[in-house]
Amino acid sequence: MELVCPAGSLPALKAAVDNGANAVYLGFKDSTNARQFKGLNFNDKRAAEGIEYAHKNGARVFCAINTFPQPQGWKTWTSAVDRAATLGIDAMILADMGLLDYATSRYPQIDRHLSVQGSATSYEALRFYKDNFGIRRAVLPRVLSLDQIRGLAKHSPVELEVFAFGSLCIMAEGRCYLSSYITDESPNTRGACSPAKAVRWQETPQGLESRLNGILIDRYGKGESAGYPTLCKGRFEVEGSVYHAIEEPVSLNTIDLLPQLQELGISAVKIEGRQRSPAYIADVARTWRQALDLLENSADEFAVDPAWNATLAGLSEGGLTTLGAYHRKWK
Amino acid sequence: MLKLSLGPVLWFWSRQTVLDFYANAADWPVDTVYLGETVCARRRELKLADWLEIAGVLKDAGKQVVLSTQTLIESEADLRLLRRICSQQDYLIEANDQSALQLASTNSLPFVTGPGLNIYNVATLKVLAKLGLKGWSLPVELGRETLIEMIAELKAEGLDLPAEVFAWGFLPLAWSSRCFTARHYNLPKDNCEFRCLQHPDGLELRSREAQELFRLNGTSTLSGARYDLLRELPDMLAMGVDTVRLSPEHQGMAEVVQRFDQVRRGEIPYSDPLTVREAPPCNGYWYGQPGMDQRA
Repeated sequence: MELVCPAGSLPALKAAVDNGANAVYLGFKDSTNARQFKGLNFNDKRAAEGIEYAHKNGARVFCAINTFPQPQGWKTWTSAVDRAATLGIDAMILADMGLLDYATSRYPQIDRHLSVQGSATSYEALRFYKDNFGIRRAVLPRVLSLDQIRGLAKHSPVELEVFAFGSLCIMAEGRCYLSSYITDESPNTRGACSPAKAVRWQETPQGLESRLNGILIDRYGKGESAGYPTLCKGRFEVEGSVYHAIEEPVSLNTIDLLPQLQELGISAVKIEGRQRSPAYIADVARTWRQALDLLENSADEFAVDPAWNATLAGLSEGGLTTLGAYHRKWK
Repeated sequence: MLKLSLGPVLWFWSRQTVLDFYANAADWPVDTVYLGETVCARRRELKLADWLEIAGVLKDAGKQVVLSTQTLIESEADLRLLRRICSQQDYLIEANDQSALQLASTNSLPFVTGPGLNIYNVATLKVLAKLGLKGWSLPVELGRETLIEMIAELKAEGLDLPAEVFAWGFLPLAWSSRCFTARHYNLPKDNCEFRCLQHPDGLELRSREAQELFRLNGTSTLSGARYDLLRELPDMLAMGVDTVRLSPEHQGMAEVVQRFDQVRRGEIPYSDPLTVREAPPCNGYWYGQPGMDQRA
């Protein structure tokens, strides 16, 4: 299985490659990719440097152009596809059908991967993308259980990549507008979820409050660790109870499932986090490299080293990790 | 004249409630009715045969009937149902997922798309037109500026693909394979006891400052405010919108349909207030603002 790591910057890309990533994924400095963060992502010059560094060290580079262009932005998105092709990336990660069509007709020789934002949750959906756009690989949404992935993998016409570690999106990616409902920007339109421009923190007599475009997302008591106010991970009131009504702020960690993912024929595991620091990327990549190497060299003896989970838990939101939808007990 | 459609029922209602609802709807001045379960595979108060029976009655009443398909297709059972829907030839289908696009196009069955399918530009529409697309819905987070450009581009390309706009009701904002209603009751999704039946218009989720944010509806999350584009009807007509979609609620729907019908016919001014059950109004998406906003 291939280890695919995030690169929000050139130092992060190098950290990933140096610590064993088989591939890294990056995006341009605009809303053409689903992780638009101030101060992150790549201009053409940095991307060229990154691609050269990765290729010299035997790693591939994927370019995520995975938001959904509207008519006003169409040329910006097609130009991102053109730039990625010119720069010599190894695959484009795309979600929009119009853009997939553009990339297929202009650059048939460059691999196309279906982004998780393309929201393919069945093998018939995968066939749709394969038949119409010749995709080579698809990244599966984080909402599927392992059993569902098994069913899908059995009939999949393309390589599959699954999320392995990082922030946990609990809605079907590409089909969540909660963020634009509150702030006007969403992953689909602007590559942003709960964007920083809409976030406000305030100390009040009731505790520390986090707000998103004025809406109270959470309020923290003394000593409680405060997380980023992603709106689906806030505490809200439903029928008189106040709780994390949609999801707790936890991270996904599927290292325990590696042997099963391998058995299903999954081609790649993906680490989330282009917003993370190079040091974080280095730690995560090194840990997963060790796990994948052990799996490859002595699959029968594979056992999760407690040190791996300790490292990963230390890098997770609130120190908590979950198997997410991969197990079926979640509510 | 603008057409009116009744979207698929997004909530979980008892069998009798659904039957009564459509028995009444046969007499309402709507042009198109979307039928079927689009949210959760566990909601099986009505089987495909039941939906087809309702479809027959509505067709006889002069409505165009469209069979809606599930939004998140996850299991082999979901695909089996989808294949059955896509193997009939009597009705158009509403594709809400790429699996439906695949099955409809490989069966040469004409289809339209629902608002949950990501159509953000004309290049996407051109791909789908080749596969049998007969009409499309604007994703709910997009607004008038984008729609004006898309309609103009379609015209320039000589493509006749009627546009539909979700214009009234709680906005379907997110889908998950997790069930937030089951979570509220501390039940596993697979043994949810069908608690959604107790909440025919969802579970209200409020901020700790009592702001109505969302409505939890099983595996889907809807807006806490009600999208209402009644007064934008003349604007939509002028820009070339074909159909406006009204999303069913279990009470007061006859009045809602009547009001939209009167306004589209120019019988009453669109500024007349529409009084239905409590929920704040919103129209922000239409104006390129946060969806929850209400432009005065």
